[in-house]
Amino acid sequence: MTALRITPMFAFGSRRALRMVERNLLVYKHQWLGLLSGFFEPFFYLLSIGFGLGRLVGDVAGPGGQTIPYALFVAPALLAASAMNGAVVESTFNFFFKLNYDKTFASILTTPMSPADISLGELAWALMRGAIYTVGFLGVMVVFGLVRSPLILLTVPGALLIGFAFATVGMAATSFMRTWQDFDLIQLVILPLFLFSGTFFPIDAMPEGVRLLIQLTPLYHGVDLLRTLSVGVVGPDTLVHVAYLTVMGLLGLAVVSRRLDKLLLK
Amino acid sequence: MQYRRTFRASLFGSFGIPALFLTAMGLGLGGYVDRSADAVLQGVSYLQFLAPGLLASSVMQTGSFEATFPILGGLQWNKIFHAMVATPLRARDVAIGNILWIALRLTLVGSIFALVIVAFGASRSPLIVLAVPVAVLTGLAFATPIMAFTATQRTPDRFAALFRFGTTPLFLFSGTFFPIESLPSFLQPVAWLSPLWHGVAVCRALMLGTIGNEPVLAVIHIGILAAIATVGAVLAVRTIDGRLVKG
Amino acid sequence: MDDAAPLILARHLTKRFGAFTAVDGVDFEVAPGEAFGFLGPNGAGKTSTMRMIGCTSPISDGELTILGMDPRRQGADIRARLGVVPQHDTLDNELTVRENLIIYGRYFGLPRAECQRRADELLEFVQLSDRGKDLVEPLSGGMKRRLTIARSLINEPDVMLLDEPTTGLDPQARHLVWDRLYRLKQRGVTLVLTTHYMDEAEQLCDRLVVMDKAKIVAEGSPRQLIERYSTKEVAEFRFPAGVQETLDGQFDGLGDRIERLPDRVLAYADDGEAVVIAARDRGLHPETVLVRRSTLEDVFLRLTGRSLIE
Ligand SMILES: Nc1ncnc2c1ncn2[C@@H]1O[C@H](COP(=O)(O)OP(=O)(O)O)[C@@H](O)[C@H]1O
Ligand SMILES: [Mg+2]
Repeated sequence: MTALRITPMFAFGSRRALRMVERNLLVYKHQWLGLLSGFFEPFFYLLSIGFGLGRLVGDVAGPGGQTIPYALFVAPALLAASAMNGAVVESTFNFFFKLNYDKTFASILTTPMSPADISLGELAWALMRGAIYTVGFLGVMVVFGLVRSPLILLTVPGALLIGFAFATVGMAATSFMRTWQDFDLIQLVILPLFLFSGTFFPIDAMPEGVRLLIQLTPLYHGVDLLRTLSVGVVGPDTLVHVAYLTVMGLLGLAVVSRRLDKLLLK
Repeated sequence: MQYRRTFRASLFGSFGIPALFLTAMGLGLGGYVDRSADAVLQGVSYLQFLAPGLLASSVMQTGSFEATFPILGGLQWNKIFHAMVATPLRARDVAIGNILWIALRLTLVGSIFALVIVAFGASRSPLIVLAVPVAVLTGLAFATPIMAFTATQRTPDRFAALFRFGTTPLFLFSGTFFPIESLPSFLQPVAWLSPLWHGVAVCRALMLGTIGNEPVLAVIHIGILAAIATVGAVLAVRTIDGRLVKG
Repeated sequence: MDDAAPLILARHLTKRFGAFTAVDGVDFEVAPGEAFGFLGPNGAGKTSTMRMIGCTSPISDGELTILGMDPRRQGADIRARLGVVPQHDTLDNELTVRENLIIYGRYFGLPRAECQRRADELLEFVQLSDRGKDLVEPLSGGMKRRLTIARSLINEPDVMLLDEPTTGLDPQARHLVWDRLYRLKQRGVTLVLTTHYMDEAEQLCDRLVVMDKAKIVAEGSPRQLIERYSTKEVAEFRFPAGVQETLDGQFDGLGDRIERLPDRVLAYADDGEAVVIAARDRGLHPETVLVRRSTLEDVFLRLTGRSLIE
């Protein structure tokens, strides 16, 4: 059984993975502007969709049936979507490119670092960077008065969990990719998730069948998790979301840990 | 290379992405807008309001993209443009050829998008036929100056910032998703500086069939777009020429 | 470890990429402290062999033992004791010169302070101390090569793998690299290098194998190879354009062996002068004549019928 052979993250790679984080910190000492700029995209989206478009939408039904302003509805969803996007880009395109084409990573492979160390290290860094952006975004939400509950602080680990789940599955998917064209498939999956996971409008408006289908997909759980936390209405649903994303991440990790080495050393 | 692949117009990309956006934002979110914002949109459904904005924006984004990585690729990585000028082609032929090629791509992208819009019943007027060239002109108003910028670059490092602080905010604040009247009043004049806003305004007037109300304004919008595209093209020819001659 | 045991031992070592065989069942061994070379033209399979030794490319067939370990199971332990200079520089362009060395040491698990100490020492060694704070990109080719060599030394390796260490460098930069490699050799570091320059092989290698088309075609010290496969001297004749083709048969019997290249004729003999005089006696009027000592280039020509660098 796969599930029984899940290797914990730190045993699958090793502490050497942290060296990749160290490298990224060195790199960003020179390019801190690039790091900073990553924070602006969700911020622009919040201003435009949350407030600009929000004026047309008015109030919508939030978690627990209470009515909330559209900006408060959409802000945690944007956070969840950007956690997903960041993790997917890092674990698919960038991951494939770095390990197959980037000379820097080729040179790291000549040291005792293994492909698993490198990928886990890069993943850890991507999640840390994501956490920094999440904190920044929360700051903006505070400034705009979009805070209803101290539980909103839990969106930081929540967004990390979303990133973890999508990143490991993304890496697992990448390990089956042969050519760049295969990556078009990822677009095919990510865009519908982004648009229909209750991100921009409540899924109640959907027909029953579609709604059930959406409830099976991961970003729906991510969006609803962060939304319930920001609004402060947690319940059994919240636990379901957490369980879903955790299992997804561990399954991804189980697949990756079996396939990585064979795949990446030519 | 990686980026080009992901953006490559597969069948899904060309027809699927517009359809997904129109469904989610136009129909899904639009349902909520139509319930509460009738006063702002004056009887126009949100789907109909949004469609021209998405048309112009997606052509604009394709134009911006095509003027970055593929052009830098030709100049820097595979040096294919250098090989071309070793033949009787001159540098300016290479530059103009690229601009024409982009215009062709944009026409294709815009036409497909327009077909999808018609299939959704999201255009009120047959003048959508004219909205396609306006969208292409909008795309060129982005593509040509960006191409001039690209020709001064040796690495793609600055492109991320260009998209993040250039095209993305313009996409979000140029009246695509909501009328700029919803912006704080001090920001509204700023929209005049956005080429995308001019493009969206004309496309919307054409597709809603209200172009006859303010024809002079439409001509001004188009004039501004044409001016930007032309100046951009001149700059692009110059910088590419300089780059290829210097090597 | 037993001192006499080879550091690297390859038996029937093979590398296949799909149906294509890049290294075809080669045997060789490298002794501790030795400078060992792979000499061969482009595409011979040198890099593929080096990458297998470097444990970044799984072997397809045969056996390979490095420092007494098996690359299939102990890759990381082996890599910890190697210093690798790849054919194309793989420096981290996003970091400065000094940071490149420090982070590389960190990949080997060295403490940060130790990395900094060694980095400064190595920058001194490759004469780049004044460029430590610069980014890598503006450095010249020769500087990048020296930095790559410094980087490969950060873990104080037992064995250095150098894949074409001086290809593409100007003569001055090459001599500087050679000088540094020579010092390393004197310190007892085992050097394994590939090259398609015969002068490089002659300068640096105690022993070498000649590779061609995925196989090893000869093995020995440069001197042994020359003695075995060539004569002491060579007389080179160049003729005006179009003349050489008309000289069929006229060289027969001049020296021990004749090689006709597109642009010149080579006559191999232990006494080159005598061949030149004999040629003149036969009424041959070359444009230029050169008598020189045999080199590995001549060995390669003899073994494969082709020049090393086409
Ligand atoms: N990853 C690879 N996939 C397929 N063929 C390869 C690969 N690497 C090398 N080769 C082929 O193997 C042969 C030997 O290459 P290489 O070992 O690089 O030779 P050398 O270093 O002597 O020039 C060449 O024909 C090359 O094209
Ligand atoms: Mg090679």
